[in-house]
Amino acid sequence: MAEKQFRDAIREAMVEEMRKDDSIIIMGEEVAEYNGAYKVTQGMYDEFGGKRVIDTPISELGFAGIGVGAAMNGLRPIIEFMTFNFAVVGLDQIINNAAKIRYMSGGQISIPIVFRGPNASAGQLGATHSVAFESMYAHLPGLKVMYPSEPYDAKGMLKTAIRDNDPVIFLESEQMYGMKQEVPDEEYTIPLGVGKIKREGSDVTIVAHGKMYHIAQQAAKELAKDGIEAEIIDPRSMKPFDFKMVIESIKKTNRCVIVDESHPFAGMASEIGFIIQRDAFDYLDAPVQRVTIPDAPAPFAKNLFDLWLPDAKQVIDAVKTVTYRN
Amino acid sequence: MAKKADEAFTPTGMVYKSTSLPKPTRKKHKTLGLKDEQLPEIFRNMYLQRRFEERAAQMYQKGKFGGFLHLYIGQEAVSAATVTVLNDDDDIISAYRVHGMALARGTSPGACMAELFGKATGCSKGKGGSMHFFDVERHFWGGHAIVGAHIPLGAGLAMANKYQKNGRVAICFFGDGAVDQGSLNETFNMAQLWKLPVIFVVENNGYSMGTAVERHSAGQLHKRGEAYDMKNGVANGMDFLSMVETLNDVVKEVRETNEPYFLEVKTYRYRGHSMSDPGNYRTKEELEEFRSFDPIERMKDYIIKEKVATKEQLDEIVEEVEQEVLDAIDFAENSDFPEESELFEHVYTQEDFPFHK
Ligand SMILES: Cc1ncc(C[n+]2csc(CCOP(=O)(O)OP(=O)(O)O)c2C)c(N)n1
Ligand SMILES: [Mg+2]
Repeated sequence: MAEKQFRDAIREAMVEEMRKDDSIIIMGEEVAEYNGAYKVTQGMYDEFGGKRVIDTPISELGFAGIGVGAAMNGLRPIIEFMTFNFAVVGLDQIINNAAKIRYMSGGQISIPIVFRGPNASAGQLGATHSVAFESMYAHLPGLKVMYPSEPYDAKGMLKTAIRDNDPVIFLESEQMYGMKQEVPDEEYTIPLGVGKIKREGSDVTIVAHGKMYHIAQQAAKELAKDGIEAEIIDPRSMKPFDFKMVIESIKKTNRCVIVDESHPFAGMASEIGFIIQRDAFDYLDAPVQRVTIPDAPAPFAKNLFDLWLPDAKQVIDAVKTVTYRN
Repeated sequence: MAKKADEAFTPTGMVYKSTSLPKPTRKKHKTLGLKDEQLPEIFRNMYLQRRFEERAAQMYQKGKFGGFLHLYIGQEAVSAATVTVLNDDDDIISAYRVHGMALARGTSPGACMAELFGKATGCSKGKGGSMHFFDVERHFWGGHAIVGAHIPLGAGLAMANKYQKNGRVAICFFGDGAVDQGSLNETFNMAQLWKLPVIFVVENNGYSMGTAVERHSAGQLHKRGEAYDMKNGVANGMDFLSMVETLNDVVKEVRETNEPYFLEVKTYRYRGHSMSDPGNYRTKEELEEFRSFDPIERMKDYIIKEKVATKEQLDEIVEEVEQEVLDAIDFAENSDFPEESELFEHVYTQEDFPFHK
């Protein structure tokens, strides 16, 4: 099995699916002749040509909407947003059209479309270029939301997303594109809504997705030195969400910390926390804690930015709180 | 503080004649490729749209259903000409003033009325309502209520048609208010750049809600096409034959060249924007003037004058339509509301989606 970067894994998923299914196209800014802003689509224009790998103007509303229209009428578009911060300009098309037309038409229309691109912060990019959108998209019925944290998952999950007949929001990260992992060449898929226990432990359950999963791993290594064994669950899909896996783990560990790169108010962590208190109340030995970015936009200044972004130390502190080691 | 007109940003004042019509065509129906026997059926089509909505308004006022109700009355020549000129498998998409277009395309009056009533037998299973009629089998793609948001969808339908080389064109209708949206400009740019076989039609009925077109849009609407090198033109939407004449050329051109076209149709709505609008922003004179060339009366006069059918024959059609609409109301009233389980149906294609509870 070869080591591959996250970006290669995503590209392989798209290329392999496009070879099999003629109705799949990809469009977005700089995806074709420039080979992708983050080189995710490198070589795809050469292989598939301009009919299927399509450069767009900087018109997120326009090309998101054209993609939805094409999906209604027989194509399976993949829409690449240079980052999801810019998808905000086209949000109407995602929220009002992609997510609702099937419902409003009484099921006459299906919209097999994937909106993909980097999500959340990627260093000191300022407030407008650092937003984590998973909670917002997961909030809306009609959308499915995936957010892989590693190359292996990314490939198998993107294949699932492309084959799905509903709109899927597929979140990536600039800072994960270069990350390497063994990724098989053979065909495999990872189902929607199924998480993975990526580290076993008996003292505390840490739920962490996307970039935060890696923070959780760092924290777990440190905690192990103190004799605390954390179980890490990467839910992988944000919607549907593998609550069952989380609840089962808590039945064993009796403690939970949620690490989420969203803002705290009405974010993923709030929802997961609610379900835990409802469905695992009797199993908890401590109130659930969460680590999130603060209720403030991303600052630029290095010191403030570091304060803003969750780090392993915050996760360790939260674990010590739920294990009463503070 | 006194209001000074010259300090206002948006042009103010009542506009007399919010829209002016190009001269109607003098060509006869045969020259335009229409057979005698088509005309009474076209009259039936237009009159069905009219009568359906008049009755729908009554039902609304009686409290038979809720929500919004935007009537198309006055604009029926546009929809009738569209379905006459297009092939049955060409794709139509429109905004929320949509009952006329669906009926014109052949969606049954019963399914349409039931949709207004929110019944399971409605053309969108009661889940769309007045603004979201859909009949995909008839290549009628809705029914969209965010102003301007379906303009890219129209281009997307055309993109898929071109990709699949199926020879179909798409036609996308929107109101004059939608011309002010960014979606139009983004879509026009891509549609021209990518040469998509789509006809964009602005039904300029003079008003975006209560704002006359001169008060909301700078310049002539069809000229927006020029900025993108998009072919464009104007048509008289109050006259069926004029609409057919224009659409004949436009549809042929778009089908042959695979390039988009922007058509400004000058038309007029006789009723308020929605049921709650008394229409205080326009003059009685304007309304009367446009009523004087009602597209349906005009069609009737033409048919009789050209001796294609007699007045009696047309009266018979009127009677039949009247009955058809009453039957539609019966059908709607006697239909069931959707099952409660329908709440979670058609959110996803996936059968076993684990809804969050
Ligand atoms: C994005 C958006 N803004 C505002 C509205 C509220 N609204 C509904 S219809 C309308 C006027 C649109 O007029 P026009 O496009 O000319 O269509 P017409 O009603 O004349 O058919 C407005 C402002 C809306 N539905 N969507
Ligand atoms: Mg209007």
